[in-house]
Amino acid sequence: MEFTLKTFIFYGFALMTVSSALLVVTVRNIVHAAFSLMVTLFGIAGLYVFLQADFLAATQVIVYVGGILVLILFGVMMTSGRLEMPSQVKSHIERGQLLLGGAVALALFMLLLTVIANTPAWKNRIDDGTALPPTTERIGELILNGPFLLPFEVVSVLLLVALIGAALISRKEVRD
Amino acid sequence: MPDFRAMFANSDFNVSEGFFPNINLQEKLNWAEEFIQNVLIPRLPEAVAAHFPVELGTTLVMFACAGIFVGVVPLLPLVLVLAERKVAARFQNRTGPMRVGPWGTLQTLADGIKLIFKEDFIPPQGDRLLFLLAPYVIFACSFAVFAAIPFSQNILVSDFNIGIFYIMAISSVIVMGVIMAGWSSNSKWSLLGSLRSAAQIVSYEIPLGLSILTVVMLVESLSMTEIVASQSNGVFSWLIFRTPFTFIAFFIFFISAIAEVNRTPFDLPEAESEIVAGFHTEYSGMRFALFFIAEYANMFAVSAIAVTLFLGGWEGALPGFDILGGMPGFVIKTLALVFLMMWLRWTLPRLRVDQLMNLCWKYFIPIAFFNILGTGIWGLIFPEDTLVSITISCTIIYSGLIAAYAIAGRVMAQKPAPQPS
Repeated sequence: MEFTLKTFIFYGFALMTVSSALLVVTVRNIVHAAFSLMVTLFGIAGLYVFLQADFLAATQVIVYVGGILVLILFGVMMTSGRLEMPSQVKSHIERGQLLLGGAVALALFMLLLTVIANTPAWKNRIDDGTALPPTTERIGELILNGPFLLPFEVVSVLLLVALIGAALISRKEVRD
Repeated sequence: MPDFRAMFANSDFNVSEGFFPNINLQEKLNWAEEFIQNVLIPRLPEAVAAHFPVELGTTLVMFACAGIFVGVVPLLPLVLVLAERKVAARFQNRTGPMRVGPWGTLQTLADGIKLIFKEDFIPPQGDRLLFLLAPYVIFACSFAVFAAIPFSQNILVSDFNIGIFYIMAISSVIVMGVIMAGWSSNSKWSLLGSLRSAAQIVSYEIPLGLSILTVVMLVESLSMTEIVASQSNGVFSWLIFRTPFTFIAFFIFFISAIAEVNRTPFDLPEAESEIVAGFHTEYSGMRFALFFIAEYANMFAVSAIAVTLFLGGWEGALPGFDILGGMPGFVIKTLALVFLMMWLRWTLPRLRVDQLMNLCWKYFIPIAFFNILGTGIWGLIFPEDTLVSITISCTIIYSGLIAAYAIAGRVMAQKPAPQPS
């Protein structure tokens, strides 16, 4: 395999993603795990750029790092007094849970593998080093004027319901 | 070769055009490699040139350019800090720093040297690793923003397809650095400051993004060069005057940007009278200086973005009137906005937390949505920018301003005079 600058940077991003993802599940301190997740999400954004999905990469950073991770940290800081996981937690895991968890993980892994194997764009992508075509236009066409219009509308209604529900739960009781 | 290249494709760094005429700027596929192929290798001895690692050289040239940016941009805060102190002094009828250098012009340099030699204190009870990392996260994100800002016709590090969206994404990571700093300090002031800051930044990102969307709708591109290119017909083609809605969007953008960079009247995260200095209370020495530099770099960056989006970027006020590629005009416009921020800081009192959130969620976000709707309708009525559409737009803006002035005056007049206590 030709070892170019591109492959070097690709493996840099891959190493960053995988090693920090391992840290997320092994580290005992929840806040450290959250910050390690930040590195993972950045690595994934970098990998999206390698797939010529620049808009998706920026969306990844803005939604996951700038939004969801901040919410996770807020939740951790406002709820739990102790941030270290107790070391006895291991003994509480029963064999059935382990089996079930393993089965779910395996199923997810198989699903991901089939998706990777069946995505034609990855295999046929022409790699001639020319400038990226803007992906935003195609995404917009597909979502608002194409086959994904209905799923998009369903998701937006779902989000609206979630928004109203959150406002209803968190507001103060008003008596009149 | 490949996508990494493609990431940097169209990089318009031809400031060196005069010096290195053999770089083919029309292709612009990879300026760094072309620089090596056409400029560096012909000047090397034969024996070296045959084995010159072009790949590695390309990387080094890119690093060098990044180095220039990281080296030059901290000079901005050096000037801005002094400017801020002088402006504050004028507002309070003082003279400001006068001792170091003529009229105190070397004061920031002296402060910088002092900060370098100070002890780098790390709170023993805190989280050492995160405490050490936090300043770098904030610093790196503030500087990554500059990669997509077109300073002039030729000076732009990288012309992303998604320029303005990239800027939004990178600057949203700054919150993580703030939370990191606040939590790892193991201090109540720091934690409170960082939570306030995170809540504020996450909230104000929404009206900020929605105001940017009005511009993107009119230009039909996220690329910063295209946004500037669509404003090349003099002052009335600037996006702020293009429709009445972008005129409102500019003010929402600018006020939200002030909140994003945590400056008065939105400086709750570092309110001196309540929580000492907020998330960077525990920092000292060079790490504190990094926060300081990042804050002023941010201030300059958001002003530069406002200028690029709404005030014509590096394009001049008359068509084709861009001296030296537009750089001086761009810097003057940006510094004017920075001065406006300083003016507001030393004039207005701080908001309360509830007022801050009310302003964002109950006023800015609905107005921003109304702007998007209005811009869409405007785009349907006037698909092309004509003399008629610009005349109508400017008339609406002008009469709107007069109406706002009259209403504001009447409201002010109705208020009872403050009672002496």
